[in-house]
Amino acid sequence: MAFQLESRIPSGPLEQKWENARRDMKLVSPANRRKYTIIVVGSGLAGASAAATLGELGYNVRCFCFQDSPRRAHSIAAQGGINAAKNYQNDGDSVYRLFYDTIKGGDFRSREANVYRLAEVSLNIIDQCVAQGVPFAREYGGTLANRSFGGAQVSRTFYARGQTGQQLLLGAYQALERQVDAGRVQMFARHEMLDLVVIDGRARGIITRNLVTGAIDCHVADAVVLATGGYGNVFYLSTNAKGSNATAIWRAYKRGAGFGNPCFTQIHPTCIPQTGDYQSKLTLMSESLRNDGRIWVPKKKGDTRNPNDIPEEERDYYLERMYPAYGNLCPRDIASRAAKLMCDQGYGVGPGGRGVYLDFREAIQRLGRKTIEERYGNLFEMYERITGEDPYTVPMRIYPAVHYTMGGLWVDYHLQSTIPGLFVLGEANFSDHGANRLGASALMQGLADGYFIIPYTMGHFLAQVKPGGVDESHPEFRAAREQVTGRTKKLLSIRGKKTVDDFHRELGKIMWEYCGMARNAAGLKHALKKIPELREEFWQNVNVPGSGDEMNQSLEKAGRVADFLELGELMCLDALEREESCGGHFREEHQTEEGEAKRDDERFCHVAVWEYAGENRPPVRNVEPLNFEFVHLAQRSYK
Amino acid sequence: MRIILNIWRQKNASSPGKMVRYELDNVNEHMSFLEMLDVLNEELTRRGEDPVTFEHDCREGICGCCGFMINGIPHGPERGTTVCQLHMRHFRDGEELWLEPFRAKAFPVIKDLMVDRSAFDRIISSGGYISINTGSAPEANSIPVKKQDADRAMDAAACIGCGACVAACPNASASLFVAAKIAHLGLLPQGEPERDRRAIRMVLKMTDEGFGYCTNTGECEAICPKGVKIENIARMHRDFTRAVALFREEAKVGGTG
Ligand SMILES: Cc1cc2nc3c(=O)[nH]c(=O)nc-3n(C[C@H](O)[C@H](O)[C@H](O)COP(=O)(O)OP(=O)(O)OC[C@H]3O[C@@H](n4cnc5c(N)ncnc54)[C@H](O)[C@@H]3O)c2cc1C
Ligand code: SF4
Ligand code: FES
Repeated sequence: MAFQLESRIPSGPLEQKWENARRDMKLVSPANRRKYTIIVVGSGLAGASAAATLGELGYNVRCFCFQDSPRRAHSIAAQGGINAAKNYQNDGDSVYRLFYDTIKGGDFRSREANVYRLAEVSLNIIDQCVAQGVPFAREYGGTLANRSFGGAQVSRTFYARGQTGQQLLLGAYQALERQVDAGRVQMFARHEMLDLVVIDGRARGIITRNLVTGAIDCHVADAVVLATGGYGNVFYLSTNAKGSNATAIWRAYKRGAGFGNPCFTQIHPTCIPQTGDYQSKLTLMSESLRNDGRIWVPKKKGDTRNPNDIPEEERDYYLERMYPAYGNLCPRDIASRAAKLMCDQGYGVGPGGRGVYLDFREAIQRLGRKTIEERYGNLFEMYERITGEDPYTVPMRIYPAVHYTMGGLWVDYHLQSTIPGLFVLGEANFSDHGANRLGASALMQGLADGYFIIPYTMGHFLAQVKPGGVDESHPEFRAAREQVTGRTKKLLSIRGKKTVDDFHRELGKIMWEYCGMARNAAGLKHALKKIPELREEFWQNVNVPGSGDEMNQSLEKAGRVADFLELGELMCLDALEREESCGGHFREEHQTEEGEAKRDDERFCHVAVWEYAGENRPPVRNVEPLNFEFVHLAQRSYK
Repeated sequence: MRIILNIWRQKNASSPGKMVRYELDNVNEHMSFLEMLDVLNEELTRRGEDPVTFEHDCREGICGCCGFMINGIPHGPERGTTVCQLHMRHFRDGEELWLEPFRAKAFPVIKDLMVDRSAFDRIISSGGYISINTGSAPEANSIPVKKQDADRAMDAAACIGCGACVAACPNASASLFVAAKIAHLGLLPQGEPERDRRAIRMVLKMTDEGFGYCTNTGECEAICPKGVKIENIARMHRDFTRAVALFREEAKVGGTG
């Protein structure tokens, strides 16, 4: 059965679509709202803002997260900033320009209508956050300060030192806690969603594991929202928090939700290079560093001199050379690939030649150390703590790392998945960023979805269904619960020889090697052979100690890695089928003579939406064609 | 390098715990402290033993998940750092370390080095916010904020809610955490209308949750990985005193119309 991919894009001119849609949406009367129960899984920017806002409206909300507190969701780690088309700098910004930059930055692989709405709503986000007390950076006159970010020629990024994600999340978390106090939101921290329950084709609840007691519980609702973040940890080494996982969306996929563009992975250009095998994660340095830092490698291959001893004329500022219009501020996919190219050609610096310099010498001379300290102090400190080197005196070394996944569950304009009643927000959905995400726009999307879109579209959905009608005794709940229990028991019973991390690291190596910064058909086919073998071995030979009736971190990890072992395969399949290069998906067979990504709009100007077809059966690839009514498909050029 | 670890092992909140000694021979000085524990846990798993439970997520010093005592010091001996950002290069070859969970009545142990800090969420929900519904905010630049105020608010807002201040305090007081939030919101014009109410509610809630009183020992400031200043506590005391004198909870009366 093929999906009916109805995108529900409203009619009318771009600037009026969202307004028209809202005008036509049905409403739930205030007195009836508390009769509806909404489950929100995830308490990051998308989930916390959604849960808080739905609570304010008077719905009965149950919010879940696996951490001990909603304040710890991975969104907290975002450093650089959040975009909004306020044009406070009078530098020519507008909603249209933010929209256009985002569409182009995503290599024309996202929906016009969604992206326009995102740009439009960006204005309200800043207002909302300021009113909540988010301490954004200010000018001396008391107005908000901005900086620029990769892929943009205007200064539209709002920031709170290097802790923007933290501050935005605290704002949403505080709004959420206010609703907890008001009794409208019930918070379930340390609970992990392990399955989705679909009854009569509609999402009706979830199955969770209480991570402290091990209890497996059913939760019934009238609608379910997944705001569970991205799946970059499929690569093992990434900039994501260790707990970030794909389980919620993967379980939903297996229950009938379409998975959009799984192969679109963003590699971030400015991470601290890996140093050892024991390494558990990669640390990102905010992209805002590219505002003042200049990226270079020595002109001579294998030059091991101290960088400060390499004179100006023996340095290759390759981004400035290759992309003069944007220079160090070119978009992430381009900057990442350029760094890899330099290293592959033998110009890399540091251990194993896997690094390039990010140099602040000139900025410090021009602006003074104090200004640099003010702008990036905490990042410099973090760098020094990790590497033991002082970036004020020696240039930083950076290398690309997996950072963000543009793929995710497919949603329509209402943010509803292919399962009615299942909505997906934030990084967990596929929308808005196309094949590449510009910096500072994930935070924007998470908050747009949670604060400003779901409250309307959720109301529209609920207005058309009666509250209640099923409870935990429903056979589908019982069946799902049994499946979850069975799977947990199975994981605990294998008692093999390898640890969960052994498998995760192995999967990560395959993914990075064959489905990473650059891919080709032969490599992907190889990975598609390797991953099922690894999965098979996992289910024979993994060792998960302890029991299911207690806090058991190995068990938590095992369940997540089991899902990554399936998702990784889908990513490779998607990458293999997409025979073009675009944004975060670079197929070596498809490049221009200068080595730039070569899109194939004739054949691939669409979203690939994968459909689960059952155990051991190949998934089905559906497509949602993308129509560009308002902008012209253009070759992306940053030269 | 070689490291000897004595780790507090406790199956759950209701069973007694004890120190268990482990030896690690191949510790790389570039490892983070948590990566060293990962290595230990892999070894324990291979030996069929229960790995050590400790809390972590971002491993970037920002989520506030991690934290336990190393030789009696929350987050370990390096100043201004979380345990996930503490690297083994700061320890000596052959060093022996004692790892224990944060100890405070309001932070019950869950397992091994993991404690329950949900009291912090309950303190925030008692008043640690600005009441503004989504969609009703004025234009952002219509509320100018002095740069110095925004910066000081940010200094306080940098608190990651890790609980080290509580663990370091001889009274197990949560004053630095609570004061940080009171200062963050109270320094901004947007936070002004609820300033009294916030101070009263949060301070009372902290006591209700079983945290101790502040006696100005200063251990909290010394240990805080985010450099949150004790001057915030002075501010909290002032706001609380002022609020006690001036503030009355609004009477909850409905209209008749
Ligand atoms: C280091 C770093 C820096 C970044 N910097 C920026 C930046 O400067 N600007 C920008 O725009 N973007 C940035 N990003 C990207 C951005 O932070 C994320 O894309 C965004 O925060 C994701 O938000 P979210 O709400 O979708 O998900 P998350 O914040 O990841 O939240 C996921 C939530 O889901 C919960 N959850 C997940 N699975 C389950 C489950 N099975 N059961 C129960 N709960 C579950 C988690 O507990 C959590 O609450 C950065 C990312 C990283 C890694
Ligand atoms: S004040 Fe400092 S020590 Fe206390 S919770 Fe906040 S960050 Fe941790
Ligand atoms: S793991 Fe997030 S602060 Fe240490």
